[in-house]
Amino acid sequence: MATEARRDVVVLEARAERAEGGWGPAVRAASLAGVVVAWELGARLGGIPAVFLPPPTAVAVELLGMATGGELWRSLQASLVRIVLGFLLGTGVGVVVGTVAAVSPLAEAVVDPLIAATYPIPKIALLPLLVLWLGIGEASKVAVIAIGAFFPVAVGTMAGIRGTDPQLVRAAVSLGASPFQVVTKVRLPAALPVMFAGFRLAAGMSLLLVVSAEMIAAATGIGFTILHAGDLMQTSKLLAAIVVLSALGVLSTWGLQALERKVVRGRPH
Amino acid sequence: MQVRFESVHKTYRRRDGTEVPALAGVDLAVASSEFVSLVGPSGCGKSTLLLIAAGLLPPTSGRVVFEGDAGGRPRTAVVFQEFALFPWRTVLDNVAFGLEVRGVARAERLERAAALVRQVGLSGFESRYPHELSGGMRQRVGIARALCVDPAVLLMDEPLSALDAQTRQLLQEDILRLWEATRKTVLYVTHNIQEAVFLSDRVVVMSRRPGRVREVLPVPFPRPRTEALLADPEFGRFCHRIWSSLKEEARAALEETHGDGSPA
Repeated sequence: MATEARRDVVVLEARAERAEGGWGPAVRAASLAGVVVAWELGARLGGIPAVFLPPPTAVAVELLGMATGGELWRSLQASLVRIVLGFLLGTGVGVVVGTVAAVSPLAEAVVDPLIAATYPIPKIALLPLLVLWLGIGEASKVAVIAIGAFFPVAVGTMAGIRGTDPQLVRAAVSLGASPFQVVTKVRLPAALPVMFAGFRLAAGMSLLLVVSAEMIAAATGIGFTILHAGDLMQTSKLLAAIVVLSALGVLSTWGLQALERKVVRGRPH
Repeated sequence: MQVRFESVHKTYRRRDGTEVPALAGVDLAVASSEFVSLVGPSGCGKSTLLLIAAGLLPPTSGRVVFEGDAGGRPRTAVVFQEFALFPWRTVLDNVAFGLEVRGVARAERLERAAALVRQVGLSGFESRYPHELSGGMRQRVGIARALCVDPAVLLMDEPLSALDAQTRQLLQEDILRLWEATRKTVLYVTHNIQEAVFLSDRVVVMSRRPGRVREVLPVPFPRPRTEALLADPEFGRFCHRIWSSLKEEARAALEETHGDGSPA
């Protein structure tokens, strides 16, 4: 038999490529809507008792009632004041302590072991102590949030400042920058992206701690509303308050992202 | 302004306490308005010498003397190999940085920075950020930023090493043009012999680590120079003459590196 030269033919054909991110908005919206619809159907037709899981429409009606009756705004205001004060206090002190510890070896030697020892403590465990010191009022709740916000910001600021490209520091010094200017004009701007990671963690921590603190020692706020509604088996109200928390979390993330885009310049986002 | 290195030694101390000599007695004088290049094998300490001149690194012994009329200007400014631009600042704000930290009023420093941005051929890019620019454009910003403080001595640390060959060629001509316009005293570190010869009045060949001055060669080609010089056989011969001087040092440095496994 004549040996026939075997020929391999490989054809690489064009294939329609899915546009990048092609499954974007439609699936995202459907995912959320699907769960809500399934929940509604389950609650209305599936025989799940409303006291365990009221349908989303009932939660929405409840939320509307809380908004028009003013209860929503009262709890929201109480929680927001605590969050904002605690967050600003904690991040402010965190930035200062982180900066000083990053630029001064002495401060680093003082601060580092303290942070390492206290960082792992679940901050809510400090609330009884803070109540003892500061009373049951607003101060103890603001303080526990501030402590929670402090750590990720201090650690992020330290890491960011230490991670500054040494060439940038050299360039600044060679152009005549003072040690103080090196910090304000080079190290801090260079650290901003890492600092913002700390801010985002601090925001999440603030939300977590405000709810916990309000459940333990408060007569107002979203956390209190949730606990109180649970005690009275007002499940719709409980869920309405959780929806509010979810909205707060999403809004704080968006807010910080918008701020970051405004403040962190010169890098592709 | 004249710069004189007098018996400059630099020894680095490793973390394990062993000492690594980088410079072993460098004596060198750069005259006012002179363009001097340092060439040498990798790790010969030429960049170290530049950082010492910039005041960014103290010598272990010896000294650097600046002599002449500084006229209240800063002594030195550095152009870095990796540009070292501030990524969060626009081109204009990068160039104005040196004046900003010296407390020059905003309007005045931006005006001066804009003039330098024009001079390095970046008009229209004033409000761009470094990441939006090509490597060649970034180093133009680096050069403008150093010139903006009007330094008495310009120190350039392998400024074109991070660029591709074509961009490098174009920037060499730009540097030549800028130098002819400003007549700064320049100390220029490079590992590229052609670049050193094309730009300089004198080329300093350094020995392998620990670095010292092996040979100083005045460049015989008249100014103003153009790229036509690069095609001149005399130019090639002169470069080869420097390479011959450098070659054995470079070879020995390479073998020493292989020998004890330590980085050059």
